[in-house]
Amino acid sequence: MSVIKDDQRGPIIQVEGLRNQFGSQIVHEDLDLSVNRGEIIGVVGGSGTGKTVLMRSILGLQEFAAGKISIFGKPITGLAEKEELEVRRRFGVLFQNGALFSTLTVAENVQVPLREFHSMTTELMDEIAGYKLGLAGLGPEAGPKYPSELSGGMRKRAALARALSLDPRLLFLDEPTAGLDPIGAAAFDHLILELRDALGLTVFLITHDLDTLYTICDRVAVLADRRVLAAAPIKELLEIDHPWIQDYFRGPRGRSAMAGDRENRKLAGT
Amino acid sequence: METATIHDERTEEGRRLTLHGRLTVRVIEDISPRLREMEDDPVPLTLDLGGMKRVDTTGAWVLYRLVEHRTEQGFITELTGLTPRIEALMAQVGKANQMTTIRHPIRKRHFHLLARIGAWVEGGIYQFGTFLAFLGLTMLALVRALMHPRRLRWLAILRQAEVVGVSALGIVGLMSFLVGIVIAQQGAVQLRQFGAEVFVINLVGRITFRELGVLMTAIMVAGRSGSAFAAQIGSMKLAEEVDAMRTIGMPPIEVLVIPRLIATTIAMPLLAFYGAIMAIVGGTLISWLQLGIPPAIFILRLQEVVPLTDVLVGLIKAPVFGIIIAVTGCFHGMQVEGSAEAVGEKTTAAVVQSIFLVIVLDAFFAIFFTALGWA
Repeated sequence: MSVIKDDQRGPIIQVEGLRNQFGSQIVHEDLDLSVNRGEIIGVVGGSGTGKTVLMRSILGLQEFAAGKISIFGKPITGLAEKEELEVRRRFGVLFQNGALFSTLTVAENVQVPLREFHSMTTELMDEIAGYKLGLAGLGPEAGPKYPSELSGGMRKRAALARALSLDPRLLFLDEPTAGLDPIGAAAFDHLILELRDALGLTVFLITHDLDTLYTICDRVAVLADRRVLAAAPIKELLEIDHPWIQDYFRGPRGRSAMAGDRENRKLAGT
Repeated sequence: METATIHDERTEEGRRLTLHGRLTVRVIEDISPRLREMEDDPVPLTLDLGGMKRVDTTGAWVLYRLVEHRTEQGFITELTGLTPRIEALMAQVGKANQMTTIRHPIRKRHFHLLARIGAWVEGGIYQFGTFLAFLGLTMLALVRALMHPRRLRWLAILRQAEVVGVSALGIVGLMSFLVGIVIAQQGAVQLRQFGAEVFVINLVGRITFRELGVLMTAIMVAGRSGSAFAAQIGSMKLAEEVDAMRTIGMPPIEVLVIPRLIATTIAMPLLAFYGAIMAIVGGTLISWLQLGIPPAIFILRLQEVVPLTDVLVGLIKAPVFGIIIAVTGCFHGMQVEGSAEAVGEKTTAAVVQSIFLVIVLDAFFAIFFTALGWA
């Protein structure tokens, strides 16, 4: 079995010339993006610009019309079955609506990847499920509940716990803080940041939450006009003269998030 | 390869473990039990993590567990070679550590069987009650819709009629055709013993128009459309589409149930008649090939032996069966709550119950029509 090397240099995700098309509607055309190891990259764009489609393409869930996508330096199309599994277990994915398995309890959902890839004692798995839920900000009472018994925000946390269960290298988050209360959203940001620092995680984050973008993203990729318009730290994006970018970051919400960020930095400085 | 090695030695101060390699979820199966053993060893323990290449949360958690358990029991544990990363991870998982129940255990009760029977009866009564309530609501909505025909959703009715009726033509036709062949062929084998092959025409004609044509069609429609109703409405309920309709001011019964009910009620007699004709075609074919009865003779004789009441019996039963199938399917769809599993459960219940009800009602009809003298 060819094990995919961990300590490769270069970008962890490389997208080149991607083209996605549904019928006559072209979503992506000649889209390039590269994600570096250990960075948190935020993906923003108006509704319908294909943020989720891009994520699904990278995950290999969406067949694309043209282009090349490599993860860990390997093209994702045409991998042997074993290699594909090997790559997949380095992913953690948080889908927009959680996508928890409805017939399993929350704790069992977290254990699914562990069961699938490892043979552990039940005791160890139960302990792992406990602390994973804790990491995602859920109390022990959430464990035996079914996803249908959880609120939207809790479902999101449970889904994050499942995404983290294999200690992935690469975490995909599709609008993780949407539907969370501001306190929960801030805690979520903090958690992602902590995990990144402790584990060297790479995070691919789709979000509309400007606070999240300012607080945790190293770079932000802007999807517009069917491609990645720019992928840079927010500071540099602010310099780009594009109407959508300007509206997005300099609009009322963008300004308040910016102000909040400055405040935070000031506080951190003192 | 990704492995971790533990070097275990006894020194003057106590026990010294030197860990090398990776302490990640991949190798935890081997490492966890070995570290677990040391939880209860009272000898002072030194853990040297200087050689660790990578530690993930699972690894950090296993280390945390070891230290925690030993400290609880008052044993000395010392960690050396700890990088700030590992330390931060251990603190993080320590903070998150909690025991959780994986699944509520099923409570063992005394009189387990009795309790189950009780729950079954209670559920049955409850379901019967809600079914009656649903039937009442549907009838009310139907009357209201018929009084104000503009409130009927003609497009939806047509669309449903297409799905329930037109799309079913192929399968209902083929099935009835085959059933006709089987009846004629098997009937011929038996009747030949008495030299009465010609009565195959009576057999095929009467049984298909009166019973089998409509019954087989009803079973097929229940399987095709009753299940589809339950699954569609059930999925819509899960996705809160039904709630959305209510808030917009569209009564779900009027929007979802009435069109399906009307479409099925109209489609059933048409399909049943078509099914009976196809069965006759099958019977004619076999009589011709096996018994040498020419089709023209078969048809002529058919007119003589099949009374018009037989055709009427079939055509009266068919719309009633249609109502039952549509109402049962929609009712179970509306009962869906919670998870995708419920959709499956309710779809199954819809098909099983509608077929059962159709057959029970068919028995009643048989007695009823005989009493009427339509034998």
